[in-house]
Amino acid sequence: MSDHDYRPKSKVGQWFNDRLPLLTLANHLTDYPTPKNLNYWWTFGGILTFCLITQIVTGLTLAMHYIAHADMAFESVEHIMRDVNYGWLIRYIHANGASMFFLAVYIHIFRSLFYGSYKSPREIIWILGIIIYLLMMAAAFMGYVLPWGQMSFWGATVITNLFSAIPLVGEGIVTWLWGGYSVDNPTLTRFFTLHYLIPFLILGLVVLHIWALHVPGNNNPVGIDIKKPSKDTVPFHPYIVIKDGFALLMFMIVFAFFVFYAPNILGHADNYIEANPMVTPAHIVPEWYLLPFYAILRSVPDKLLGVVAMLSAILILAVLPWLDTSKIRSAVFRPLYKQFYWILVADVLILGYVGAMPAEGLYLLIARVATAYYFLHFLVILPVLGFKEKTLPVPLSITEPVLGGSPNLAAARNQESKIE
Amino acid sequence: MKNLFKLFSIIIIITASNSYSFAAEKVEYLKTDWSFKGIFGKFDRASLQRGYQVYTEVCASCHSMKYLSYRNLAEKGGPEFSIAQAKAIAASFEVTDGPNSDGEMFTRPGKLSDKFVMPYDNVKAAQAANGGAYPPDMSVLVKARGGGVDYIYSLLQGYEEAPNDVSLDDGVYYNKFMYGNKIRMAAPLSDGLVEYGDGTNATVEQMSKDVTTFLMWSAEPHLEARHQMGFKAIVYLIILTVLVYFSMKKIWSRVESEV
Repeated sequence: MSDHDYRPKSKVGQWFNDRLPLLTLANHLTDYPTPKNLNYWWTFGGILTFCLITQIVTGLTLAMHYIAHADMAFESVEHIMRDVNYGWLIRYIHANGASMFFLAVYIHIFRSLFYGSYKSPREIIWILGIIIYLLMMAAAFMGYVLPWGQMSFWGATVITNLFSAIPLVGEGIVTWLWGGYSVDNPTLTRFFTLHYLIPFLILGLVVLHIWALHVPGNNNPVGIDIKKPSKDTVPFHPYIVIKDGFALLMFMIVFAFFVFYAPNILGHADNYIEANPMVTPAHIVPEWYLLPFYAILRSVPDKLLGVVAMLSAILILAVLPWLDTSKIRSAVFRPLYKQFYWILVADVLILGYVGAMPAEGLYLLIARVATAYYFLHFLVILPVLGFKEKTLPVPLSITEPVLGGSPNLAAARNQESKIE
Repeated sequence: MKNLFKLFSIIIIITASNSYSFAAEKVEYLKTDWSFKGIFGKFDRASLQRGYQVYTEVCASCHSMKYLSYRNLAEKGGPEFSIAQAKAIAASFEVTDGPNSDGEMFTRPGKLSDKFVMPYDNVKAAQAANGGAYPPDMSVLVKARGGGVDYIYSLLQGYEEAPNDVSLDDGVYYNKFMYGNKIRMAAPLSDGLVEYGDGTNATVEQMSKDVTTFLMWSAEPHLEARHQMGFKAIVYLIILTVLVYFSMKKIWSRVESEV
């Protein structure tokens, strides 16, 4: 089972493996001991890998037909939709794939929040994940600019203008980003270049993310450290492979529904109007997956502070392992945290909703309260909760809650009462 | 497992019940039964052909359709005119071509490979001829409006006398479905404006429906192929999912754990 004593059976395999231990790696990946109680929320890691590969493959194909020029981009997209063989399919997979990617990443992140997967010894996995998430947002934003529709143009204008909030050098930075004095062809070509680059950076980071995961191994719904390999684990192949495969297929059914029957429902109608610098759309809204952060941005009256708040909302996640002071990982054994967790979920959904609404009146008030609560959750509630919360007894092994009634449960309770 | 089903169904319900744009004003659009909606939705061929007639006889005097070619009219999943009919349609337009060997531009009858001839040479010319308002290109118009086909269908029938408290400038008309109710396009349709070859009564309602169907096709020319492939893909995925589910159950039966 252990990686070190693996030796290929064939002579050729041994010869090769001594020089480049790819077979050892493959053996490690198939035998990788995985907690056997992982629920379906854990399948989204595999789903996300699928999303990334899908975006890269469809994106490469689109790039063969797309023309990154302000005068031709919109037309080339229509060319893809009409005249390229199955171009409509490839583009709709790519466009909806971005939404599916974010849907999966949000579930993945909130799974981590619920089961405390970011806690020691998995902080590096978590931080790599946050960097991946940031790059995903950058890639998605720049990708949305490429069709050169009205929302592309004005979204790019609004977001790049955020940099002008930086004191003294802000205006200069914006001009530098644009490659001119407004969003125009130079902006489009550089966004295309970066949009093409970032997925490969993400791919590299995903390798590191998985590598860092394979050092301590998976967290699990019970949130306890387990012996590996042991009765608590199963080899990755075939157990997790088939389970991930099953969940992925379910996910693909939802994905296919969007691609084939509602391909434009997640996009904005204005993006089928060619970019026009002279006409500003009535409401400029980003894609749904950026709405919570957009709401935070707009809830602060000062532009610079708004940008700071929006960035902090993301970066605060990077220090989460140190903000959460509780030693217990899984929310299953943290009755209070569990409630605050669901309040946070609701808070983020509310932020997403008001982010789509005009920033005025009641919506603005709600956005402000929700923004304040978001920061309150991470900066006050989590640190305090770790000290105040009375947690439930944690089992000693995974097998125990699965089988139930084992002597371990009593032992765990005893231990818990001793600590108290 | 149950949670996963719940989650997926919630996502589908939320998005399916959402309209295209949540920021749009609430107006109740006129409804009609569109043949192209739904899992097996297909275009009504006769309606597409009539819709093309309305477009070319009415709309095309101001609105371009620059992403369409005459060959599209004969393609599968569209109005499906015969090749001969499409050729005749193309030939009825004068197309500027060139330069020839003398360096001169010349005009010739249209061919299947030509794009739809534009009513104006450029945006400025279109604006000059329409009191400053640019009649939008209609190729993807249906997808470029929040309410989609229902919006276009309603707009065409939404002209009425302006209420007393609304004052209209010259060349501005009142339409109850238009954003802000003011529109620069005069009511384009009136009963009997076109004479349908198949004897269908050319009411405003009928023409609105036909031309909107045509616009849906022009915005999504591969809609029928998409629906057909989608059905096959999803049935395939469901069968595969069931098979994988039972394989998974079988494999996991070796360990004392639930899947």
